[in-house]
Amino acid sequence: MSIDIDTARRVAHLARIAVKEQDLPALAGELSGILSFMEQLNEVDVTGIEPMTSVTPMRLKRREDVVTDGGQPEKVLSNAPDAREGFFAVPKVME
Amino acid sequence: MLDLTFTAPQPKVISGAKAEWELVIGLEVHAQVASNAKLFSGASTTFGAEPNANVAFVDAAMPGMLPVVNEFCVAQAVRTGLGLKAQINLRSAFDRKNYFYPDLPQGYQISQLYHPIVGEGEVIVDMGPGPDGKTIARLVRIERIHLEQDAGKSIHDMDPNMSFVDLNRTGVALMEIVSRPDIRGPEEAAAYVAKLRQILRYLGTCDGNMQNGNLRADVNVSVCKPGQYEKYQATQDFSHLGTRCEIKNMNSLRFIQAAIDYEARRQIAILEDGGSIVQETRLYDPDKGETRSMRSKEEAHDYRYFPDPDLLPLEIEQAWVDDIAATMPELPDARKARYMGDFGLTDYDASVLTAEKENAVFFEAVAGGRDGKTAANWVINELFGRLNKESLTIAESPVSAAQLGGVLDLIGSGEISGKMAKDLFEILWTEGGTPAEIAAARGMKQVTDTGAIEAAVDAIIAANPAQVEKARANAKLAGWFTGQVLKATGGKANPAVVNEMVARKLGL
Repeated sequence: MSIDIDTARRVAHLARIAVKEQDLPALAGELSGILSFMEQLNEVDVTGIEPMTSVTPMRLKRREDVVTDGGQPEKVLSNAPDAREGFFAVPKVME
Repeated sequence: MLDLTFTAPQPKVISGAKAEWELVIGLEVHAQVASNAKLFSGASTTFGAEPNANVAFVDAAMPGMLPVVNEFCVAQAVRTGLGLKAQINLRSAFDRKNYFYPDLPQGYQISQLYHPIVGEGEVIVDMGPGPDGKTIARLVRIERIHLEQDAGKSIHDMDPNMSFVDLNRTGVALMEIVSRPDIRGPEEAAAYVAKLRQILRYLGTCDGNMQNGNLRADVNVSVCKPGQYEKYQATQDFSHLGTRCEIKNMNSLRFIQAAIDYEARRQIAILEDGGSIVQETRLYDPDKGETRSMRSKEEAHDYRYFPDPDLLPLEIEQAWVDDIAATMPELPDARKARYMGDFGLTDYDASVLTAEKENAVFFEAVAGGRDGKTAANWVINELFGRLNKESLTIAESPVSAAQLGGVLDLIGSGEISGKMAKDLFEILWTEGGTPAEIAAARGMKQVTDTGAIEAAVDAIIAANPAQVEKARANAKLAGWFTGQVLKATGGKANPAVVNEMVARKLGL
């Protein structure tokens, strides 16, 4: 599978990564290279084999329904580029 | 035994300019799981906290933070599945649904696309009794229920240039309950959501508070020519149906109905004009009463789902599911059937009393060991009527079930009349107290001593010979004597006894 320039532009936009138009051909080439490298895996026949989810037999960890966290709005907001009155402040988004 | 025989309602038909059209509706209901902590973090789910106070670093998607699933939320989803007679999947898995929005700090929502925790189930949507007295109801098939995270809240009206984001809701557990397109009209859609809400509240898995957004629905609407839907049902082939549009995020039963009606007419107008429907996401504007396209959502629809590498598959044991099944409460359908069978209540009364679990519990406390029909009349007409008038909930009722039961006991033993009972109820409502003591203290006791009543009847008959002649000519006028006797005895005489005695003395 190869990634064309339009796909590279679209993926960049969906990930909200700014990529200059002149950089797109190189990016598309690199992404195609990565994908074709990964495609070698398709040569292995995995019919009837369940996908492996963990290298060691483990059960999904669970937590109790107890409030153990929160109450730290200043810490939550401390890395925000802009915060006002306890909220994150972001450029206007409106439907 | 639960009697679940019912007749399916007719689909809603809308006459366009050229032809008749039928509606086909499917719903995705998002129900907030009733839990203390969030789905993958230990932050609180309490509504109305200070902005960003209920946020763990997991919810804020700080680098390196890992989700750990709240087992109680899983149990709640299983309980809901059991309540909808659904298949429980012992193995499910979490996926990432990727999209960009300021109130979703992770950049993806953890959901269950490929392997949901609950599979196919069903809901019987009661539309009330038909003209022949038989229950009209629609069986709506549930396709699946999956667990997922809620997003945060964006506030757009605090600043002209900025949106403000509160992450308190981010990561709260939701159950998305997806129906098959089995709903055939706006009223049915609202009734379906109401029924689901009722079941969830009985189960205690969601508080059903629509105003706070704890229960909201995405509504899929399409239209088709009569006959097409039957072809779909026979084959389950969607190509027989029209193209659908999805109306997002409805949190009012009234708006759901209005939006479906508007959307169906919009689609019919396009089709009759020779156009075609574009599958899209739309938003209902309650002020204008119309739906409009959410074009911004279109590109975002490329969600690039993939299994969440932070979470192993969710494996649960059948024994654990059985433990949950062993603690299931009686559900609304069963409770209503029991009220109709055991207490001899009408379909309508049984529906009213079982609508909310708290009301049903109250009613049963009143009806226990007493006449069910009388209890139903008093609870519905006197108590609910009064609560409604004063905008109180059953929990806030000034009259307890024990007090109301005490009133019914006094009526049942013939000690007080119906009229006195209403006065007594009024005193209990405003002043409180014990019914028997109040009745005794205020001289509320109907006279059943036939000697005293007989004397009063004789006196009135003797004093009114002209009325006696009239009553003998026309038996309906005997009521006048009853009224006079009741007046003479200060309303304390038992009307039934007086009636009987007047008729006998007048030789009627």
